[in-house]
Amino acid sequence: MEPSLLASATIPDAITFVIAGLIVVGGALGVVFMKNPVHSALSLIMTLFGIAVLFIEQNAQFLAAVQIIVYAGAIVVLFLFVIMLLGVDRNERIAAENSTAQRTGAIVLGVAVLVEVLLLGTGQWVTGAHSTTGSLTGQGANVNVIGKSLFTTYLLPFEVTSALLIVAVVAAVVLARRHDGHENVQPEIGTKEAHELAATETEAENGAPVR
Amino acid sequence: MSIAASWYLTLAAVVFTIGAVGLLIRRNVLVMFMCIELMLNAANLTFVTFARELNDVGGQIAVFFVLVVAAAEVVVGLGIIVAIFRRKPGATADDAHMLKG
Repeated sequence: MEPSLLASATIPDAITFVIAGLIVVGGALGVVFMKNPVHSALSLIMTLFGIAVLFIEQNAQFLAAVQIIVYAGAIVVLFLFVIMLLGVDRNERIAAENSTAQRTGAIVLGVAVLVEVLLLGTGQWVTGAHSTTGSLTGQGANVNVIGKSLFTTYLLPFEVTSALLIVAVVAAVVLARRHDGHENVQPEIGTKEAHELAATETEAENGAPVR
Repeated sequence: MSIAASWYLTLAAVVFTIGAVGLLIRRNVLVMFMCIELMLNAANLTFVTFARELNDVGGQIAVFFVLVVAAAEVVVGLGIIVAIFRRKPGATADDAHMLKG
């Protein structure tokens, strides 16, 4: 059976867990149910901070710091930047988005999966061999242990990661460019592009209210 | 001693479920993306919990790699979203059916 929350924990630990857990779940619900995408992004930051607290609770200090720097500092800022850039920071009606059947189906499916996972886990949450890739409580702080492991056992994956990041950067540059491939280049007079450009410009001038 | 692992795993399962349901019921592409981040974070929490319980550094290393992959995924995904929005302003997930046969 599920052990009680305080079975093996001190009271401060339990209080921290409960508060952080509420922040995490509240933020997650906020992401899904907030009408404004900006509010969703801010709720996401709330969840990420809560999870960082839970990381610290479990002696993963390095990951907590990285979580805040990378997620809250970079990823969510990127989200907010794109929201502002696209100008979609307005309220939308969630109820009108999907059919009721689709929504109920999704919720029933989600709850079913959750219940299944919880039932499967009952009684034997953590099984398996201990410290197969290396002890977490080695010499030095959490950062030392992770760093040592990262640059010895996991050196190749680490290098592959850098290649992945470069590919992502190149992909972002390619995707952000215009489709025609020569932005800022004025088309030569007399070519097809020049006529098209002139046509769109006249359209824009005519369409704009002139006072 | 700290909180039993089962509590952390339950919390992670709940967050993952919220993310998955959100992914299914929202049509705003950006919010769907955030729901994916929620699911990744739930998985991260599970990894850290197992790392603590089994006293194994591999779990925390896995979280590190998940973070890197999430960053790369967000960069490319948002690039694609911006490219779609440039063609169709106000697009939802349903409007991205250019590859439909």
